[in-house]
Amino acid sequence: MNVLEVSKLSLAIGDKPILRSVSFAVAPGEIVGLVGESGSGKSMTLHAIMRLLPPPAQTSGSIVFEAADLVASPEREMRHLRGRRIGMVFQEPMTALNPVHTIGRQVAESFRLHLGLSPAAAMAEAGERLRRVGLPPDRVPLDRYPHQLSGGQRQRVVTAIAAALEPRLILADEPTTALDATARGGVIALLAGLAREGGAGLVFVTHDLAAVAGIADRILFMNAGEIVEQGPAPAIFRHLAHPYARNLLAASILPRIEPDAAPASTEPVVRADGVSVTYARGVKAVDGISLQLGEGESLAIVGESGSGKSTLARAILGLEPLSGGAVRVGGVDLRTARGAALRDARRTVQAVFQDPYGSLNPRHRVGRIIAEPLHLLDRPLPAAERRARVAAVLEDVGLPADTAARFPHEFSGGQRQRIAIARALISGPRAIVLDEAVSALDVTTRAQIIALLRDLSARRGLAYIFITHDLDAARAVANRVIVMRQGRVVEQGAIGEILNAPAHPYTRELINASPDLETVLRAREAGITP
Amino acid sequence: MSGAAIPPSRRRWPVSLLIGAGLVTAILAAALLSLVWTPYDPALIVIEDRLLPPSAAHWFGTDQMGRDVFSMVLGGALNSILVALVAVGIGMLGGVPLGLLAAAQGGWVDEILTRAGDVIFAFPALLLAILITAVAGPGIFNAIVAIGIFNIPVFARLARAGAMSFWPRDFVRAARVAGKGRLRISLEHILPNIAGVLIVQGTIQFALGVLAEAGLSYVGLGAQPPDPSWGRMLAESQTYFALAPWLAVFPGIAIMAAVLGFNFLGDGLRDIVDPRTRRGRA
Repeated sequence: MNVLEVSKLSLAIGDKPILRSVSFAVAPGEIVGLVGESGSGKSMTLHAIMRLLPPPAQTSGSIVFEAADLVASPEREMRHLRGRRIGMVFQEPMTALNPVHTIGRQVAESFRLHLGLSPAAAMAEAGERLRRVGLPPDRVPLDRYPHQLSGGQRQRVVTAIAAALEPRLILADEPTTALDATARGGVIALLAGLAREGGAGLVFVTHDLAAVAGIADRILFMNAGEIVEQGPAPAIFRHLAHPYARNLLAASILPRIEPDAAPASTEPVVRADGVSVTYARGVKAVDGISLQLGEGESLAIVGESGSGKSTLARAILGLEPLSGGAVRVGGVDLRTARGAALRDARRTVQAVFQDPYGSLNPRHRVGRIIAEPLHLLDRPLPAAERRARVAAVLEDVGLPADTAARFPHEFSGGQRQRIAIARALISGPRAIVLDEAVSALDVTTRAQIIALLRDLSARRGLAYIFITHDLDAARAVANRVIVMRQGRVVEQGAIGEILNAPAHPYTRELINASPDLETVLRAREAGITP
Repeated sequence: MSGAAIPPSRRRWPVSLLIGAGLVTAILAAALLSLVWTPYDPALIVIEDRLLPPSAAHWFGTDQMGRDVFSMVLGGALNSILVALVAVGIGMLGGVPLGLLAAAQGGWVDEILTRAGDVIFAFPALLLAILITAVAGPGIFNAIVAIGIFNIPVFARLARAGAMSFWPRDFVRAARVAGKGRLRISLEHILPNIAGVLIVQGTIQFALGVLAEAGLSYVGLGAQPPDPSWGRMLAESQTYFALAPWLAVFPGIAIMAAVLGFNFLGDGLRDIVDPRTRRGRA
């Protein structure tokens, strides 16, 4: 008997339809991957099952969990089910945990609340559960607070809480999206283990096909609130019929850059010599890094979070005081340059940041945001000329000219990232520092932005410093790669050579932790399970 | 300036905002009305009419010198609002630039400004105001300065905290990459983003200013006779309370309405401005 049966579930909020006649079932021990872009309704499906919808939501159809219809159950019943019979793992583990309570207390809470265990017994049980998710108390003490753990460890704590009372159903909402490559693999294996060994049904919602392709028994593709295609994995990936599903698959496999696309190196645009950045208490975020970026070249800097790659990006942009070394842009030292020389250097290197929601001032119109770097011109432009330049870069990034008069909140994440790229282009730079610029985007948008970046580089001869933890994206954009760990260079060279035949064990670890979709599917078809 | 960026979604106005706006409008109207018309001259002494209870001729009754209480309450509104308004203005104009500067510069500038603010905070506000008016002499002008000085660190601290949370944001980084200096970034990017909380704090300080003016006048250090003042009316009513309770009740209600009105207005504005209570980003 199925643990969950959703049939003809429709959902509307106000007069806006969110889900249309969604039907699927989950058997005990089965892993169902629910995939789609952001806004496709996959998270809403989970919220509907948990009945965590905003009040104006109108639901029809049925959600049968172990013979009880959740659509009709009274709220008291639902409170009993949530956490006890149905566990949930959220996307952002930092906000899913209470920052002022220890992890031991948060796991123990379920046992005290639902099973009435004494504080000491509950804490002992919590230790045991944390051991099972790979956080043994002798290495990660129970009295740690969430901020003292890494992102991957926090997600393991959230998973331990979700699995604490051995629920029959676990709902995981983008559980790996906020994690970096090395933590991601561990959390995927952990969730798969809970289903396989504990016999719980698992619904794994994600936009990252590679995350579910390795573990799911069945995949459901969701678009605009409808399940457009479904079937057993991994076979389904080889003969997708629906155009939406095919697009999603195509976007998940990024075209790799041709090795001969690397132009001959000339005088470097950016040159860093022994750059160090030291934070308070002597923590060396960047420790003596040297690099050169040639005209039209694309250099990827990869590493897990905390490896110092974003600090290096800020140092190259002159946003971070250096404790040693120097950054030269077109031969000009950013620390000593003043006036026209500094403006010229700043015009030469521009930046695009990770979060398209945070990098645009919400109170300014897009035209004003994009025109901001024109401040670097030696003479202010007349208004008509400014508008013409804004229109030109908007066209370059594929946005309509009327975008300029609107506010950032009117745009999607992908469109916002295009706006951020337009801002970086307007001063006519020779290089752009892209700090995790595609990491916050979903797969289809990521593929589009990467295509745009490649196109701009080909047309304008732009050089990129491409900071990322996403090796797939690095392969699609960069000719050269620097692998960073704890503020130092582990390995560097041509991207094909380094990522196909890594010499350093850390590089190998990074590559193994985030296999691309094709590798996952081949392994699965060969009968290897994580 | 700040209102333009808020999505023009269908929004229900918070109830506290409506109540607050209603009370504040009524008090502002009373203050403005008192400039052109009051039933009687608030300073007119008619001894034979003293301590009359509320009636059709004297809506709020008369005091021990036969002055019309309704006229005095109307006139007192102007003093209260003037004092509070100028005091909040001093606080904002002095505090906000200091707070922005402290956040932008960091290091020893921040340290000195923050510590200086702490020193002012260490004195109880009213005590400080009494000290200043005692040294410089009682009167409305000195009361304004005294209340205003205490407002400076309030706004400086709030502006600094708000600005600090925006400096590490990517759009500020983008502005730095665009070559903008700290002053320009503070004005163009940070100030508009913290304007909402500053305005909310402004309404709260306004309410406290009304209360402080009443307090200073109560102890005789605020508005001097014959200027009407709610605080002084309360002080003078004490001896007659058993005989003529209306002398205390009406200025008391006026003070309560003003403080309540501005507090509600602040709460309501905060509900609108605070991004946590705002729905959806796009």
